[in-house]
Amino acid sequence: MHGLANPARFLRMARWLMPLCMGVGVLVAAAALGWGVFLAPAERLQGETVRIMYLHVPAAWLGMAGWIGIAGASFAELVWRHPLSVIAARACAVPGAVFTALCLVTGSLWGRPAWGTWWVWDGRLTSMLVLLFLYFGWLALAQASEAADGGQSRAPAIFGLVGAVNIPIIHYSVIWWNSQHQPPSITLGKSAISGDFLWPLLLAMLGFTLIFAGCVLARMRALLATRQADARLRRKALGAVEAF
Amino acid sequence: MREAMDPWSFVIAAYAIGIGATLGMIGWSLLTMRRAEKRRDAARKR
Repeated sequence: MHGLANPARFLRMARWLMPLCMGVGVLVAAAALGWGVFLAPAERLQGETVRIMYLHVPAAWLGMAGWIGIAGASFAELVWRHPLSVIAARACAVPGAVFTALCLVTGSLWGRPAWGTWWVWDGRLTSMLVLLFLYFGWLALAQASEAADGGQSRAPAIFGLVGAVNIPIIHYSVIWWNSQHQPPSITLGKSAISGDFLWPLLLAMLGFTLIFAGCVLARMRALLATRQADARLRRKALGAVEAF
Repeated sequence: MREAMDPWSFVIAAYAIGIGATLGMIGWSLLTMRRAEKRRDAARKR
């Protein structure tokens, strides 16, 4: 982990890992969605709408995983001052926000036929909406920090760690409070879902996770390249001023 | 009284939005990466 904090070593690894994650992820996710739509059976009570699960559950997992990534990178930034940790946190933010928004939209589209409503203000839905707002706030803060001092401020890292409090709230919301939303069907080593639904779901989670990892690596390469270009142009400008 | 709803219209809408957003995010990530790396390479050559 500490070895990868070296930007040159990270770039060497990201050059082959990013297209691999992206390519395999797209193939696996496409196969899983095809399985979910065309081969998996309809559910006894929910009928065909259960097929939304193959998008909704991976989106929910990755919405939370994105913030766990921000919190982990923020911790590394505050404790070890890794040069890549600021970039890693920034790279997780947009994909995490996109998947959180997708989770809310697909959940709403599933809720209408299943519950008879697009939205309810219960613990799970509200805490997921709070996560989306946390992403917006974090992105705005990171942008402001970049503009003010080139990303030197520790404020986004502190926000990233404090915001992680919302992750266990999302997870346990369906256990702590009465909710329209069902309790967790998959826990570590246990599943209440029949294999007919479980296998395409696990495959979809793997495919979308690989896509997420590929996007994060691509964002990290982009942010790193932007910083390197800015630093080089600044050095050249300073050199030109001194020569003048 | 229960409303009659076609479940497939919800499934199709969810998949269209989900696949569209995912492909959009992949395209945007790759495009911004290519642009940034091109700019860095141009700055190195200058």
